[in-house]
Amino acid sequence: MEIKVVRQIFEWNEDCSNEIKKELKEKKVFMINVMGSPGTGKTSLIVELIKRLSRTYKIAVIEGDIAGQVDAKKIDALGIPVVQLNTDGACHIEAMSIKHVLPYFDLENTDVVFVENIGNLVCPAEFNIGEDIRIAILSVPEGDDKVEKYPLMFSTTDILAINKYDMKEFFDFDDVKVENMAMDLNHNIAIFRISSKSGEGIEKLTDFIKDKIFEKIER
Amino acid sequence: MHELSIIEEILKITQNEARKHNAKRILEIRLMVGEMSGVIPDIMQEYFNIASKGTLAEGALLKIKKVPIKIKCQNCCKESIIKRNKVKCPLCGSYDIKIISGREFYIDSLEVE
Repeated sequence: MEIKVVRQIFEWNEDCSNEIKKELKEKKVFMINVMGSPGTGKTSLIVELIKRLSRTYKIAVIEGDIAGQVDAKKIDALGIPVVQLNTDGACHIEAMSIKHVLPYFDLENTDVVFVENIGNLVCPAEFNIGEDIRIAILSVPEGDDKVEKYPLMFSTTDILAINKYDMKEFFDFDDVKVENMAMDLNHNIAIFRISSKSGEGIEKLTDFIKDKIFEKIER
Repeated sequence: MHELSIIEEILKITQNEARKHNAKRILEIRLMVGEMSGVIPDIMQEYFNIASKGTLAEGALLKIKKVPIKIKCQNCCKESIIKRNKVKCPLCGSYDIKIISGREFYIDSLEVE
C-alpha cells in the first residue's frame, strides 16, 4: 500500500527559525550568522565588528563550538554578553539551540546578536537559525577553490568576506576568480576584501552591516 | 555530517505516518531531493540501515529522486533547467530569475505492508 506523505524533512528547523525571526522582529534585534572554516577568522572578525558597532549598538554573542570555551573568553574580555553553545560533536547550529540560548540575554536591551557558527563549510549552510543576514568568511590561505567545492555555503550567504587579504602576495589566490564564481552562484552577494589583523576593508564591511541593521531596527 | 539527524527525522515522520495507517512494516521511503540542497544521497542508505534497526522501517529502501534546478527568467519569461554553479538565465543571461524547483527536500510517499 502506498501512503502519500509530502512532509519537509527540515520542517521542524524552519518552524523554529520563523519563531525566532518573529520574536527578534518584535524586540527589534538584528541577528548575524557568521560561517566559515576553522581558522578562517570568524572570532577575530566578530571582535573587529564589535569594536566598531558597539559605539552605536548594544551587542551580544552566541559562540558555537563543538567543545571548549576559547572564543567565548575572547568576547567576554570585551565586556560583551556571550553564551558558549557547545554542540558536543554536531557539525552545525540548529534553530532550536538558538531558541534555548536567547533567554540568557536581555533582548529588550540588545540591538545585535552575532552567532558564530561551527567551523565548517558544509552543514551550517543548510540550517536557518532565524538570522537576518549571513556572513561567509573565506580566508586567503584556504585557497581560491572553496567556492567551487562548497557551493551551497556561498549561494545562501548575503556577504562574502575574503579575510587575511593582507597575505595575498604569499599565496596563489585568485580573488577575481573567487568573485566571479561567487557571483555566478549568487548574484546578490556582497563581497568584501578584508583583514581582521590590519583592519583593511573592515570599515566598509561595518558600514554595509550598519545599513542593514538600520533598515530593520530603526524603521 | 548531519545526515544522521536527517535520518532520525525521516524515521520519526515515516513511523508516525505508518502507525496512522496501521502498517506493519515500511518497505520503501520515497524522498525528493532538489539539486540545490547539500544532501549526499549515497551515504544516507547506509546510515539509515543502522538507525532503523528494530523500528517499523528496518530494511526499508530509500528511493531518492533528484529534482533538477528549474528557473523562470523575469526578463525573457522563459523557463530553463540550469546547473547549480551558474544561477542565471541560460537563454538571455539575465540574473533576474525565480527558482521554481531544485530546493526541495521532502518525503513524498511510503510503500508499506
